[in-house]
Amino acid sequence: MTAQEYAFAVIAAVGSISAIAVVTARNVVHAALYLVVALLSVGATFLLLGAEFAGWVQILIYVGAIVILFLFGLMLTKAPIGRDALDNTRRWLGLLVGLGVFAGLVFLIQDAFPLDGKAFEAFHATTAAVGDSIFREFILPFEAISFLLLAALIGAIVLARKDEGN
Amino acid sequence: MIRLPFVLIFAALLFSAGVYGVLARRNAVMVLMAIELMLNAVNVNLVAFSASLRDVGGQIFALFVIAVAAAEVGIGLALVILLFRNRASINVDEVNLLKW
Repeated sequence: MTAQEYAFAVIAAVGSISAIAVVTARNVVHAALYLVVALLSVGATFLLLGAEFAGWVQILIYVGAIVILFLFGLMLTKAPIGRDALDNTRRWLGLLVGLGVFAGLVFLIQDAFPLDGKAFEAFHATTAAVGDSIFREFILPFEAISFLLLAALIGAIVLARKDEGN
Repeated sequence: MIRLPFVLIFAALLFSAGVYGVLARRNAVMVLMAIELMLNAVNVNLVAFSASLRDVGGQIFALFVIAVAAAEVGIGLALVILLFRNRASINVDEVNLLKW
């Protein structure tokens, strides 16, 4: 174990516990706040792996914007509180599927990448390198994503506004 | 120095928590939160492989996934608000108008 792996272990433990808390919390606002912690630990993982730009974008967009959208959604829909109001009655079936997916993924991962395998250094991709790559190699997907974002914006406005006719 | 499988197992745990949340929650906003967890698990995998393969492409796809997630949350919450306005409830198991 290296220092970086110890740091990652702490981040991953915090992130895992809060991710599980997101899907088991009885209070919707608590779930949203646990989501903040889970998203922050994902951002910290990005920074630890050397992905500076992706890490800060993760923290700014997810924690700054998307969670605020969730809180607005919760405020506007008067969400109930309590396990019976939030979960459906057959949640044990969901638990079974979730555990099955986790067991399957862990089996596949340790099969393909042995746990005592070779460690890798953090890959410090500068923001300049990321921008260079986006606008050189990935310009077409980038334009497609911007168009998608515009369409989603217009669609959200059309869906959520009140009809003036009635 | 960090070993790849540890990061991948963290991502697998985030993904499984998201799968459980989508299946077990009946509040539509909570289902959207669980979907965000799954998208984040994919992002962790993309960045981890990008770092281990020394290729910046994985990070760029993680950025694309973040943009698509933002669009998805915008549309999703607009739908949830519309649903609440029409049915006064956002429980996904009560929305069965298209089921015969």
